[in-house]
Amino acid sequence: MKYIDEYRKKDLIISVAEKLKSISKKEIVLMEVCGGHTMAIQRFGLPSLLPSTIRLISGPGCPVCVSSQHFIDLAMAYSKIPGVIVTTYGDLIRVPGSTTSLEKERANGSDVRIIYSVLEALEIAQKNPEKNIIFLGIGFETTAPLTAAAILEAKKNNITNFFVLSAHKVMPPVMKALVEEGVKIDGFIAPGHVTAITGTAIYDELASVCGLGVVVAGFEPVDMMQAILMLTAQIESGAPKVEVQYQRVVHNDGNKIAQRMLSEVFELRDDQWRGLGIIPKSGLKIREELSSFDAEKKFQVEVPESTEPKGCICGQILRGLKTPVDCGLFGKKCTPTDPVGACMVSGEGTCATYYKYRS
Amino acid sequence: MCLAIPAKVISVSEYSALVSIENVEYTASLLLLADVKPGDYIMLHAGFAIEKVDAEEAALTLQLLNDEEKSRPG
Ligand code: SF4
Repeated sequence: MKYIDEYRKKDLIISVAEKLKSISKKEIVLMEVCGGHTMAIQRFGLPSLLPSTIRLISGPGCPVCVSSQHFIDLAMAYSKIPGVIVTTYGDLIRVPGSTTSLEKERANGSDVRIIYSVLEALEIAQKNPEKNIIFLGIGFETTAPLTAAAILEAKKNNITNFFVLSAHKVMPPVMKALVEEGVKIDGFIAPGHVTAITGTAIYDELASVCGLGVVVAGFEPVDMMQAILMLTAQIESGAPKVEVQYQRVVHNDGNKIAQRMLSEVFELRDDQWRGLGIIPKSGLKIREELSSFDAEKKFQVEVPESTEPKGCICGQILRGLKTPVDCGLFGKKCTPTDPVGACMVSGEGTCATYYKYRS
Repeated sequence: MCLAIPAKVISVSEYSALVSIENVEYTASLLLLADVKPGDYIMLHAGFAIEKVDAEEAALTLQLLNDEEKSRPG
């Protein structure tokens, strides 16, 4: 497959690995922020190719994993409202809420539909004018513009039965929060598709103020190895900066159309992250002018105080402080078929990838 | 979730494009991307084209890596 196979060539991967071995002197910790990167790293066994000086840790970039328990509980409460169809991207329906999951609610008769694109939710709304369609908006800057585009389409076409429960989040505040919290990180492997939308300026502060290396990376093994090489070279030379490895997709100023739609539809708000608490200005809320599409404004429901699953250390894993094998439930009580915590649900959750590729 | 896959553009209409990944066809919304032409590669994410793949940049990166690989001793 073009633009994939070339970046999976073994000899190229090995050649970059050897170069890396020859330049790496300092002991460093690099965080891959994006769940897609975590998946690629485990799938292609990259840690075994790295010199012992370089340690990779996973970050908070799996949207399903960081969605708060309150959000899941709210979605569940919505699914019980008569006449409501809840639409969502796949994995979310399996996340255990405080008492049940969307999947179980569906088995109990709620109308919960998995969709591939938010545009399908719009279609469902048009075909079912007597129902209210709620789309569960999760994801970072890559995915949020899609939701924004759908809301603007709904407005343009006078679709009045389409609503969004937004748990969309933005990346830079959580990256900064981890650094400020004191998690040892020397550099970030930054998310390629988030940056394709936002452009690279969102990382400037991390490099200039926090003194950290940031390299925006693609998702194939050659991409990842090259990004690690670039980061290592930066750190070895004592000159951390923002660089792009994923040049074929990422432009420095990002996707302007997507940025415009994002700011037309959303504004920043303080937001709750699973295991990380409330992070200022890290979430996307639908603007007042478009509140007729905001599920939280339209549907008032009571949800009891949310509780996190007992024994689950997802929060520490999302902060790069622990790995799944540190969790007593990993592979025993908690498996992908019967997940206890959110990090075991999503295919890009750190616990799920460890389970799949390491055990 | 932030996964996006390179897809080849087959034809373009006003707001969407027909694209193909390994000979399977998909529709990609063009609400977020302008100036898409047949033959281009776009990154497809949850039904939307979010960015083009720049053929020149792609070739450049690979060229660089391949050259280094060849100059590797032994
Ligand atoms: S293995 Fe399961 S219970 Fe343990 S941290 Fe991961 S998701 Fe939570």
